Amino acid sequence: MLKQTEGSHAVAEAIALCRPQVICAYPITPQTHIVEGLGEMVKAGELTAEFINVESEFAALSVAIGSSAAGARTYTATSSQGLLFMAEAVYNAAGLGLPIVMTIGNRAIGAPINIWNDHSDSMSMRDAGWIQLFAETNQEALDLHIQAFRLAEELSCPVMVCMDGFILTHAYDRVDIPTQQQVDAFLPPYEPRQILDPNDPVSIGAMVGPEAFTEVRYLSHHKQLRALTLIPKLAADFRVQFGRDSGGLIRTYRTEGAETIVVALGSVNGTIQEVVDEMRADGALIGSVSICSFRPFPLAVLREALKHAKRVVVLEKCLAVGLGGIVSDGVRKSLSGIALNGYTVIAGLGGRAITRSSLRRLFEDAQRDELEQVTFLDLNADLVSHELEREAATRRTGPTAEALLRRIGTVASGIG
Amino acid sequence: MTFLPWTSRYRRARRGVFTCVKVALGNEVKIAVMFQIRIHGRGGQGVVSAAEMLSVAAFLEGRFAQAFPSFGSERMGAPVMAFCRIDDKAIRLREPVLEPSALIIQDSTLLHQVDLFNGLPPGGFVMINSKRSIDEIGLGGFARGVQHYRLCALPATELALKHVGRSVPNVPLLGGLAAVTGVIKLPSLVAAIRQKFPAALAEKNVAAATEAFDIASRAKESIDA
Repeated sequence: MLKQTEGSHAVAEAIALCRPQVICAYPITPQTHIVEGLGEMVKAGELTAEFINVESEFAALSVAIGSSAAGARTYTATSSQGLLFMAEAVYNAAGLGLPIVMTIGNRAIGAPINIWNDHSDSMSMRDAGWIQLFAETNQEALDLHIQAFRLAEELSCPVMVCMDGFILTHAYDRVDIPTQQQVDAFLPPYEPRQILDPNDPVSIGAMVGPEAFTEVRYLSHHKQLRALTLIPKLAADFRVQFGRDSGGLIRTYRTEGAETIVVALGSVNGTIQEVVDEMRADGALIGSVSICSFRPFPLAVLREALKHAKRVVVLEKCLAVGLGGIVSDGVRKSLSGIALNGYTVIAGLGGRAITRSSLRRLFEDAQRDELEQVTFLDLNADLVSHELEREAATRRTGPTAEALLRRIGTVASGIG
Repeated sequence: MTFLPWTSRYRRARRGVFTCVKVALGNEVKIAVMFQIRIHGRGGQGVVSAAEMLSVAAFLEGRFAQAFPSFGSERMGAPVMAFCRIDDKAIRLREPVLEPSALIIQDSTLLHQVDLFNGLPPGGFVMINSKRSIDEIGLGGFARGVQHYRLCALPATELALKHVGRSVPNVPLLGGLAAVTGVIKLPSLVAAIRQKFPAALAEKNVAAATEAFDIASRAKESIDA
């Protein structure tokens, strides 16, 4: 059914249609509306599930691990510092092979404290063993959750569905909410590979020494490699059942004959596609690729999509401090042996708006190969150099963040 | 360039509760292209809800709409923004509304605090919540300096107090926007209001929106005449 609703609410409805048995969560912006919505559904009796209020994010995922091991379809959601606070349990859930589905309402990580969107939170857990899927739109966020439970349960591996905080979670958009029958036909009841059953006792979480630890890790890598085949298959099945394209490993946009290809994750792809259309209309040979599956990283299909380009611009909403880009590393690996120019662009950190005009300037610079290896989109160079001068001149400069804010004055009401 | 003899119409409009200034003829805003609305207000004035209701109204007319807040850590009284885009095709763009087709200003005290008119193109609409005239709120000079757009003041707080009993100007301003721009129709706005609020509260808001729509329609007619 078509509906105009908030992204978080659409996701809550999708989760409810997946018939979760246990939902546990601790509120943190910008994810909160999702679990609030689910809490309301449970309270109203529209959804039969255990809704467990916990005292922290660490507890939220620990409870999820327990309930998943007991054989329950389990869901939780978090953002930013919340994900960091549950970090140990994030690794444990993957190491134990428990098919928990968790939404990440992507948000920056402090300090300085910032509630706005970027990808630093989920990127920090990229190697924890979870599958990570990034949604481009609210429709895709909704759809990916339905696919995520099936993917998680077929592989016995946890899945994070990442959606841009505020930009998607708080946006009212048109979404098509499937029927219970459709979801039931796509997602069978959870059949655990391992279960804590008093009638058939097992240990889950054994200590493993050097004799088998590598093999355990190899098998989790192998599981993710299998996901490279399973993710496109589920997207195809999804298309049959629901009649639309959602998910998959990557999506290309106007890459035929493109000399310049822009690679990005999540909602910014919409704005990028607008700019690609503008520039194509002016005769530029440009296209873009949206990576949906960041873990497993789709090396082969990405290579296929990018290999004929002259240059690749990777636009990232996360900074690997001291290196540059994280997504760029994977893209570069996918292009091993192919000579082309690669650029990393760090954009949208802590909620800075990524505008069409900035992207257009950026892509035009890229076309002329006038970009640095690593570029910070819309960096306020004056602000930075003033601070560097101040730091060179004075020993006791005080905290950096506060100094920058003083320098620019209040911008709370700035547009963009 | 042809100018309306706006001064006399402006004076005439000032006599009513609703003032509307049409600075120049031509460059009518075409609704065939994407229509973008930026709403400015303060935390607690229903800025975000207004954008959401607007998007629902457009959706109910079978159009595509996207509403989103300015992503601040909202608190009572702080300047807040929300955005709404309306189009005939799916909306991919995710940047804030930088070039609004229409601006709604829910709190005229923001005129001294925020760069409200940033990016407003010629032909853009402005709806301001004020029982005072455009001149009295200090925008007369602005109205004369900028051509090809429409500037309207509507006593939205008073209408909200009258019908809803609370000083929440968001819904009446949407009624005014519907009348002046035609981007959404009043029945769809009414339906969106009924989706948003519980029945009793919804009907009070419907009354406020409808009166605002009527006032704005009459003022628009008098100016268009």
